[in-house]
Amino acid sequence: MATKSVKQIVDFCQEIYADLDFTRARQWKEAEPGRKVIGYMPVYVPREIIHAAGMLPLGILGGGADMEVIHGDAYYQSYICRIPRSTIDLAITGKLDFVDGMLFPSICDVIRNLTGIWQLMFKEKYVRYFDTPQNFRDEIGGRFYAHELGELRADLEELAGRKISDAQLNRSIAVYNENREWVNRVYDYRSATPWKAPAFEVYLLMRAGMVLPPEEHSALLRDYLAAAEAEDRPLRDNCRVVMTGSFCEQPPLNLIKSIELAGCYIVDDDFMLVNRWLLEEVPTDGDPLANLCRAFLHHSAETAAKYEADMEKKGSYLLGLIEKRGAEGVIFAAPSFCDPALLDQPMIVRRVAERNIPYITMQYAENSGQMQPIREQAGTFADSIKLWSAS
Amino acid sequence: MSQDVVKSPSQLKQKEMIRRNYDKITSGEVKVSSTFVPGNLNELLMCFDIANNLPEINAIQNGMRKKSGEMIVEAERSGHSEDVCTYVKADIGMMARGNIAPNGKPMPDPDLLLLSYTGCFTFMKWFELLREEYRCPTVMLHVPYAADGRPTQNMRDYIVKQLKEEVIPTLEQVSGIKFDIDRLREYLRKSARAEDDLVWMLEQAKRKPSPIDCYFGGVYYMGPIFTAFRGTDDAIEYYRLLRAEIEQRIEQGLGAMTPEGDMPEEKYRLVVEGPPNWTSFRDFWKMFYEEGAVVVASSYTKVGGVYDYDGFRHDPEHPLESLADYCLGVYTNRNLPTRVDMLARNVIEYEADGLLINSIKSCNSFSAGQLVMMREVEKLTGKPAAFIETDLVDPRYFSAANVKNRLESYFQMIDQKRRAGGSGPAAPATMNKRS
Repeated sequence: MATKSVKQIVDFCQEIYADLDFTRARQWKEAEPGRKVIGYMPVYVPREIIHAAGMLPLGILGGGADMEVIHGDAYYQSYICRIPRSTIDLAITGKLDFVDGMLFPSICDVIRNLTGIWQLMFKEKYVRYFDTPQNFRDEIGGRFYAHELGELRADLEELAGRKISDAQLNRSIAVYNENREWVNRVYDYRSATPWKAPAFEVYLLMRAGMVLPPEEHSALLRDYLAAAEAEDRPLRDNCRVVMTGSFCEQPPLNLIKSIELAGCYIVDDDFMLVNRWLLEEVPTDGDPLANLCRAFLHHSAETAAKYEADMEKKGSYLLGLIEKRGAEGVIFAAPSFCDPALLDQPMIVRRVAERNIPYITMQYAENSGQMQPIREQAGTFADSIKLWSAS
Repeated sequence: MSQDVVKSPSQLKQKEMIRRNYDKITSGEVKVSSTFVPGNLNELLMCFDIANNLPEINAIQNGMRKKSGEMIVEAERSGHSEDVCTYVKADIGMMARGNIAPNGKPMPDPDLLLLSYTGCFTFMKWFELLREEYRCPTVMLHVPYAADGRPTQNMRDYIVKQLKEEVIPTLEQVSGIKFDIDRLREYLRKSARAEDDLVWMLEQAKRKPSPIDCYFGGVYYMGPIFTAFRGTDDAIEYYRLLRAEIEQRIEQGLGAMTPEGDMPEEKYRLVVEGPPNWTSFRDFWKMFYEEGAVVVASSYTKVGGVYDYDGFRHDPEHPLESLADYCLGVYTNRNLPTRVDMLARNVIEYEADGLLINSIKSCNSFSAGQLVMMREVEKLTGKPAAFIETDLVDPRYFSAANVKNRLESYFQMIDQKRRAGGSGPAAPATMNKRS
């Protein structure tokens, strides 16, 4: 018997999503003296290390649809995507003043250079460009990455003023293993019964994971699954689609709602990949950094920010999702001016088209406001799938 | 009306070098590798008798010949976004139009894509895209970003290991030639000789008047060292000829050379950040020299390697480590504080009137963060800065009237600052300390 209703849970997540002051994270920090918060941007950082240092990993995903960017436009030219300008606006307006450090992962040149902007503008803060290898051999890229992880650990130890033991790291790995398990259960549940777990609700649940400690987030996901199962919702005559390309700057919530309202159940996506970047459970014994390293090299999601050495495997992650989820089509939704997503797209589109899988492409910005064209495009796509698929 | 300009011995030499390289690439008699200017491992390719083809240079050639616009549209028609790098689209469009090299002969399919992922994310996707077309061996060299201003030993070790265990074995396999490290040492020795003359050349712009333009002229001067000639006797000879010509100009008290002859009066000395626009290169240059503006230093002349900032030279005693350091040190692989420091030092040491940023729509590696960099350089130097926006090879993003207006306003601003009695104190003491 569910103790919380879907509405209660979704309202709670919606509040976290809309709160650009990050009140929950601030409260977590204030609850005990000496606590620290480390911000990170997409697409992946090993949150286990931050957690083991006793710190809160805080996902920063820009300012979203409702934030009026006032200062950010003075920092970025019009032809650069929106996420760095709204992120810098968050920092300038003091909304990130409680954040003790920032990690900028190697996803593209814009986020890479944001590291430098932070170094120039927020000299008192800890800043790290988190580089991940593009060589996936243990003895080459693995050795480099293990060293990078070691440096991050040492940096955080210094910031925390204490050592991070292997036992603490292994405990944190276990916490995130459990969190990923719940995340995957929610994704599986949505795919099996998409009418019971609408995409915008799942999205909000995952967004909450950017702010809440992983233990709380896991509990929230568990509660949601129970509540969603207990609720009776109508099955619609929607088609099943995978949405891809939205791994960094996030689409407005209304865009996700519009796609579903237009007749497409989103049965998988690449929003906030950090929640399920590692595809297998990471061992919780032995050398924790070596385990995280191996997980990254051999069991992590494919995205445009990663090099695929084997051309035959290019796109296999998406194709695997399509098959696993029984998807009938793909929506390539990329942020405007997003180099990784837009440069990768023709290669992935080709593979999808070769398999006669219906697809559409669209671009957005986190503050896109006009949803009518999206509804029309997605609605037409849904109709075409229903009309032309084998019946 | 354009004037016939008599080409100097160094110009003739370079023209001949480029012609020979394209003839070699298109001859069908040698193995060909495509690779990139930043992180260009020319000496290593030479160890395997592999010709070096640089798609960026092909895009530039097509841009300057006004062919890139159609190529870009062709690529966009086939599904490439308007928002992404126009070098990539010009290259893909060139392929779609028969892949004709600048010498008019068909470009052969490469035997290898040497993906030196150095300082630019787009490189990685570019060669993944090319791999789809050519289906040839592709080897990646991942060069980590020097995010804290200095390369670490871990980064260096990672690159050397990739060279030893990925790049060199692939080159051996493609070429059928066994790697000879002494051959590499010999090429690196030659690289260092040419690099000495190159740095001498760059530093002559400290003179008043500057005998060279380090942006528009600079792209020609950097050509051999940035492309298929580093490590060759040809490059040594080219820089020897260039040095003799510059020495002569200094003796004669001449200012920078322009397409219309010597610059009569040097009125403004600028440092420029960012690549030039190629589709209207001559018109763009003219906007400067007509106003008496000479570029005394530019970041674009560091994009294929930085030789004048922290004393880097290719080192035959540490061949693979030296290639690693070269890759790690290219301009766009350095963090923004270092780029700011380099530009501010240039403004001060070359006694420039200020910094001009040519922000390129296509190139996030250069462009993201430039507005912050501009303000930082202004703070450090007390000199005025200005910002213009163009593109690399997409003619749709070059608005001559806008650029000219902004430049004229900038020159007026410099005049006003001068009339007001200087432009504030510089603050070199706050800059990064160099080794």
